[in-house]
Amino acid sequence: MRLSSKATTLLILAAVIAIAPVFFPSSYYFRVGSLIFVNGLAVTGLVILIGYAGQISLGHAGFAGIGAYACALAPVHLGLHPALAAVLGAFLSAAIAFLVGRPILRLKGYYLAVASLGFGILVSMVLSNEAQLTGGPDGMAVPELGLRAALKAIGIDLSNTEFWYAFSGLVLVIGAWLALNLHHSPTGRALRALHGSEIAARTVGVDVAHYKLVAFVISAVYASVSGSLLALQNKFITPDVGGFMHSIEMVTMTVLGGAGSVLGAILGAAILTTLPQVLTVFQEYEQLMLGLVMMLVMIFMREGLLPSITRRIRGRGE
Amino acid sequence: MPELLQFLLSGITVGAVYALVALGFTIIYNASDVVNFAQGEFVMLGGMITVFAHAAGMPLPLAALIAVIATAGVGVALNKLAIEPARGAPVVSLIIITIGASIFIRGAAQLVFDKQIHRFPAFSGDQPIAIGGATILPQSLWVIAGALAVFFCLWLFFTRTLTGRAVLATANNRVAAQLVGINTNYVMTLSFAMSAAIGALAGVLVTPITLTSYDVGLALALKGFAAAMLGGMGNPKGALAGGLLLGILEAMTAGYISSQYKDAAAFIVILAVLFAMPQGLFGRKSTDRV
Repeated sequence: MRLSSKATTLLILAAVIAIAPVFFPSSYYFRVGSLIFVNGLAVTGLVILIGYAGQISLGHAGFAGIGAYACALAPVHLGLHPALAAVLGAFLSAAIAFLVGRPILRLKGYYLAVASLGFGILVSMVLSNEAQLTGGPDGMAVPELGLRAALKAIGIDLSNTEFWYAFSGLVLVIGAWLALNLHHSPTGRALRALHGSEIAARTVGVDVAHYKLVAFVISAVYASVSGSLLALQNKFITPDVGGFMHSIEMVTMTVLGGAGSVLGAILGAAILTTLPQVLTVFQEYEQLMLGLVMMLVMIFMREGLLPSITRRIRGRGE
Repeated sequence: MPELLQFLLSGITVGAVYALVALGFTIIYNASDVVNFAQGEFVMLGGMITVFAHAAGMPLPLAALIAVIATAGVGVALNKLAIEPARGAPVVSLIIITIGASIFIRGAAQLVFDKQIHRFPAFSGDQPIAIGGATILPQSLWVIAGALAVFFCLWLFFTRTLTGRAVLATANNRVAAQLVGINTNYVMTLSFAMSAAIGALAGVLVTPITLTSYDVGLALALKGFAAAMLGGMGNPKGALAGGLLLGILEAMTAGYISSQYKDAAAFIVILAVLFAMPQGLFGRKSTDRV
């Protein structure tokens, strides 16, 4: 029996998430793993925007910031449960993406890059300047999700790091599943058509502006949920989550692994999340190495790591 | 009134630096269609190399000269090692490559120099000059004069020299330029060297006022990028106007509204301009070829 590429991708992803803990020597690895999954989720959203629709955003951390601060602020000010706060954050991100998306997405290439970048910077500036609300650059505490306690009540007792590994891994698989479904849906085909050529897509009747906006809103929701998960997991949040560097990291992860492939982009997230952990030993060299990796992969493997590697393997097999 | 004049003067000083960074973006963009996000790092290198050469006992003008030449070398290396091999890559890849380069240069600067904040003495003292109730530092005059001199030299270069026209021809149509015998690879290398040197010069001029450290490049690149965009990407006059406008806008916002949100004001205006005039203030309307 031949599996569809969608099923294969999901199986590989789920298998890696499930089997990896066997090799974990300490709980620190669970922590790194859950960070990878959180980043992987944001990056999956960017696969929809960059990989499918071919639009760039250098301000996506802004949505991560909205999701993260929703989890911190809504329980305090609105008395919402943190899980509901995350949902509220996602809706807020979607609404904001809907509002700013239409004018921003009229722009192309570098113009789109600077407009989205401007948006991201505005969000992170509000987060660090409205100190009486957000705690300013010092950040603020985020309440517990409470799901772990609920699991304990039914007899599943996980340590904190184990719980977040499992939970964010699960959310990532769901996110990947949705993204893959989208890829094969009429919307996904419309997005890929406008990626190929906007003019050609328009001539066959694709409402280009509408589909760009759809991709932007969906990817904003992914980023927002990713930000919420990060906030809940760390139980503390600083404006860095919405900052320019985080936006750049997200785009780099996506393109590094392969913007056209969900699995590739998640691999990119895994590499760029692990790299700084490995490099802490050579802390002075961290930036140097990161910059070098970004340049080398983009120069020599333009489609990103995973597509380049699979093509090479297939090429040899034939 | 003196208040307004004061804000205007400090805005023009900062704006002149933004204009120089924006000009660097413009030169490289014209020659190669690449937006070089490492442009801010050139400014940082200009300041940092001068600081350390000066500290090693060199007179300031010599230290500054070395900084400009060395940075131009870095620009050439960036073109040869990273941009040329990636020719034809999509915009997203090019953005990542130059951001990678900027992180790499920042990391290298942190290793070669240090993580401290540095300055060197102003060229002609720190005694403020009074102008109609406001004051201006002599170094600010150096910055403004430097920016004007660079623009004048570039204008001469582009209109009066054969090489300058070759650059313009390449910017206009690379293939046609090659057909009439222009070495477009040389033009690209030259453009990287020039814009690195201009960036470094901006760093040399402004460091006595704003100080420097290994990580000042990012903010400068963002502002310079925004200024270039505001004026219309690829247009040198636009770079000058965009830079000055951005600087003045920032100073006014900081003075009259909120110093915390001065950067926000700049970006809000840029967003507004892009929405109303997607090609920037001085950009040409272009039609896509099918």
